[in-house]
Amino acid sequence: MFKYQFDWSVVLSGQYAEWLLSGVKVTFQLSVVSIVFSFLLGLLIAVMRMSNTRPIRWFAHGYLEFFRNTPLLVQIFFWYFGSYKILPMAVNNWLNNTNFEFAAAVIALSIYTSAFIAEDIRSGVRSIPREQMEAARSSGFSYLRSMQYIILPQAVRITVPPLINQFLNLTKNSSLAMTIGVMELTYQARQVESYTFKGFEAFTAATLVYVVISMAIAGLMTLYSRKVLNPMRAK
Amino acid sequence: METGLDFSVIWRNLTYFFIGRFPHGALGGIALTLYLAVTACILSFFGGLILGMLNISHNRVVKYTSLAIVNIIRGMPLLMVIFWMYFLLPAFMGRTVSESWTVIMALTLFTSAYMSQIVKAGIDSIPRGQTEAGLASGLHRWHVMVYIVLPQGLRNMIPSFVNQFVSMIKDTSLAFIVGVSELTHVATQINNRTIIYPTEIFFFIAVIYFIICYAFTSLSRWLEKRLAWRR
Repeated sequence: MFKYQFDWSVVLSGQYAEWLLSGVKVTFQLSVVSIVFSFLLGLLIAVMRMSNTRPIRWFAHGYLEFFRNTPLLVQIFFWYFGSYKILPMAVNNWLNNTNFEFAAAVIALSIYTSAFIAEDIRSGVRSIPREQMEAARSSGFSYLRSMQYIILPQAVRITVPPLINQFLNLTKNSSLAMTIGVMELTYQARQVESYTFKGFEAFTAATLVYVVISMAIAGLMTLYSRKVLNPMRAK
Repeated sequence: METGLDFSVIWRNLTYFFIGRFPHGALGGIALTLYLAVTACILSFFGGLILGMLNISHNRVVKYTSLAIVNIIRGMPLLMVIFWMYFLLPAFMGRTVSESWTVIMALTLFTSAYMSQIVKAGIDSIPRGQTEAGLASGLHRWHVMVYIVLPQGLRNMIPSFVNQFVSMIKDTSLAFIVGVSELTHVATQINNRTIIYPTEIFFFIAVIYFIICYAFTSLSRWLEKRLAWRR
């Protein structure tokens, strides 16, 4: 091992650097698209989970438990290899005409993460004391208006850190998309490794990208809880 | 392609799903998944304990180095950790390391970083007064930790440990990438051989994972209630 010749130029310039950069781009695209979908889906499931209608609540509960307790990789394989039998013909045709690898990864990542997001949103709403709702209602606000003006503004602020954390997890989990051939960062790092045998350099570059993103966001979160959450609790 | 679902492929390969080629060859399938998860979980319990203690060390160098290690690992995707292990382990050991052990070491390193945060929170959950009382009665700092803080703290950590074990079971599916024949890998093998039943096969293993993980998730919830009640 100690005879290893480091050659950082491999990952800093030329064709291989371009591969890695395009990998960063795909990781970014995949993450952003999935974040949007997972948030919307998670919000929907959270609302269903808090519904007064039992079947809706049960459905949401089953959804949460199933997708949280199944590996993401298996879900990716299911959507990529196995979805054609359960989806309608028209959807299959449409999917086959798009970038199906990318689409399957987005579907799997969004559904998997939405289950975690729904729970975070729900516990955010539940963290607001019941009395506040009662107080709002007795001062004459309707249910929706109490939600809008009293409960949600507070719940959203509390839910932001766990949500960002889930988005960060999603970004890291997007590396699993390489298994179905989405050419994101991890895929490209491995590609560079197999072309040049400079695995150490390639993986260092890719690791740095992930770690820098994570640490930047962790830093922002610390700032957020100092500026927004602590004043809220102090009141 | 309008074909109905045909689950007979599952029954025909049932033992392969459960134990791989076991009596005649290497262990595989669900049994190997559980073996990987349990081994890595036990190792990362100790890894997390050590890292967690280093994180609250009074020695600044030790504290910040270990915090940096924890944060770097937590910032990486597990897949990346597996690739690093695949690379570095043979280089450090000076010999080839089996794929199973590569994955176990990667899972251990990765989960230790998360466990260390649970350990830290568990230690924080014990009132400082107890440490002070221990020190005041003449015990050494390490004795206070081992005999007073940890026994109570560990009890508070049990539900989180069980949750971490559930994540671990799900994470073992990544062993597929380096060719360890655990459940997901076995499923892709059967899928490659039979070709026309991907929906049935991947749905089946999803259900298997779900049953195992859900059982432990429920256990963790039960423990949480029970331990809180007895306190």
